[in-house]
Amino acid sequence: MKKLNKSSYDSILSRKNEIMKKSVGVDYSQYEYEGIGFDYESMMNASGYELGEIKKIQKETGVGTTPLIELKNINALIKKYSEKGKGARIFVKDEEKNPSGSFKDRRASVSVYKAKEMGYKGVIAATSGNYGAAVASQAAKRGLKSIIVQETYDSKGIGQPEILEKTRACEAYGAEVVQLSVGPELFYYFLILLEETGYFNASLYTPYGINGVETLGWEIATQSKELLGKYPDVVVSTHAGGGITTGTARGLKKAGALNTRVYGASVDLTGLHMASDNDFNRKSFTTGHTGFGIPFATFPDRSDVPRNAARVLRYMDKYLLVTQGEVFYVTEMLANIEGMLRGPAGNTSLAAAFALAREMNEDKIIVVNETEYTGAGKLPSAQLTFAKENGIEIKRGNPIDEIPGKNIIIPENPSQIIYKDYPMVNLKKSYLKQILKSTKKENLTENDFDYLIEELKSNMIEIKALLNEEEN
Amino acid sequence: MSAKKNDWVQIYFVALKPEERASNIPEDTKKVPLEIKIKGFLQNDFAEIGDEVEIKTTAGRKVSGKMIAVNPIYDHNFGKPIDELLHIGNELREEGEKIE
Repeated sequence: MKKLNKSSYDSILSRKNEIMKKSVGVDYSQYEYEGIGFDYESMMNASGYELGEIKKIQKETGVGTTPLIELKNINALIKKYSEKGKGARIFVKDEEKNPSGSFKDRRASVSVYKAKEMGYKGVIAATSGNYGAAVASQAAKRGLKSIIVQETYDSKGIGQPEILEKTRACEAYGAEVVQLSVGPELFYYFLILLEETGYFNASLYTPYGINGVETLGWEIATQSKELLGKYPDVVVSTHAGGGITTGTARGLKKAGALNTRVYGASVDLTGLHMASDNDFNRKSFTTGHTGFGIPFATFPDRSDVPRNAARVLRYMDKYLLVTQGEVFYVTEMLANIEGMLRGPAGNTSLAAAFALAREMNEDKIIVVNETEYTGAGKLPSAQLTFAKENGIEIKRGNPIDEIPGKNIIIPENPSQIIYKDYPMVNLKKSYLKQILKSTKKENLTENDFDYLIEELKSNMIEIKALLNEEEN
Repeated sequence: MSAKKNDWVQIYFVALKPEERASNIPEDTKKVPLEIKIKGFLQNDFAEIGDEVEIKTTAGRKVSGKMIAVNPIYDHNFGKPIDELLHIGNELREEGEKIE
């Protein structure tokens, strides 16, 4: 095992593409074409598995086919707090029922299957979230080794309780866990591990990972049709890296739910820097927040593979922000009146859905596409105890006054749960700025525009207008 | 505390010194090293906390570093009861009774 230092750091970076190619089983260069774009749909077929085969792969390891449950008591509360004729019904896809306790099993299942099929001895993933346990669990089922690389501690050696829980879960499934202090250089250690072990890169952002989530969208569409005689009007999806939203939206389309709108939801952590050692333990959510949600929406190729398969701006119709306090409140609500102890990060979309349902007509259906397992380290009590120890003020009040890193405000009543509608146009503008900067392109060709229209779910007029604004 | 061969231990090493860190990171992060902790089975016959040792991880990798813990505990927990959360259940149940 080589130790990392500045020279190995530079040299490993220079071999990045070569290492990736060997470890990920996808030759990304074949999907590139002239200009800024690439052939996304062809890349998405890189796994070579149709939806039917993916269902079969997932069935083998007990992944998927989770229940779609109406939150009847919460829906009654929504009705009470809505004007006459308003108050859509919320259904939740109970993804906690997957083997390691989250939808991430869908994402891991195809990657690990592919790794096994291609003869890799093990898999590696860089993740501080539920995905680590999912990869470790799927690897255990398929008889492969696993290594999970996590950003865990600040420079005082204090670990975020939610991440410490995920360390425990990964180790329980037999994974080696590499715990790092704060910083994006985690990626370079990840590359070193790939090179040293020759394992498969079970990245969150390969086509396999996203193909695996398409079954979630497909199940939502078909279960909703069976249960209610129609597809959902809206699916609300917690948005961080973009995988669940992209995969769900693609699956809905494949099932024929072409008119279902897909809304992303994130916890608003504006003001906290994700690579800051000081800010690391001042947040009570380690995922599902704007610190991932905005950068991954506007610059998806920032991920650990050359082309990210999770591209939310292709699919997201609205982007809703909620506060930490609101998510803790609905987490208590879900446990106390629905008897479902889940989350909290996975309940971000439920908080947004609650506020949204009050505005929508009573005949409308909203599906929240996930729940996640909870327990030590993750529970609101664990997170808020930790927050208090870190000097964060916790109080009841109007969550609109919450300042991330300073306080967490738990609503006093359900009417205080509201969402902030983050303008999609700002995300699109920021996307265009990033792509022009990273490709250093000045004159866009017709090909480039066609690509941008797909990428931003947009049209020529809007894109030209946004580019003009950018120039001025 | 000491450990013998094949005990489950945790090691620590500095992966990047502050001056070796990436340029595009916040100032507070740049001031501190990038640190790594890994657990595995001790390969040395005997070691004390603070000794440079070698471990074999569950994935079979051999890694060396300073031994910082023997049989390290999982000490994250369920937290203390939080007053700001404790009342929510009854508040919402009462709302429900009013609905019926």
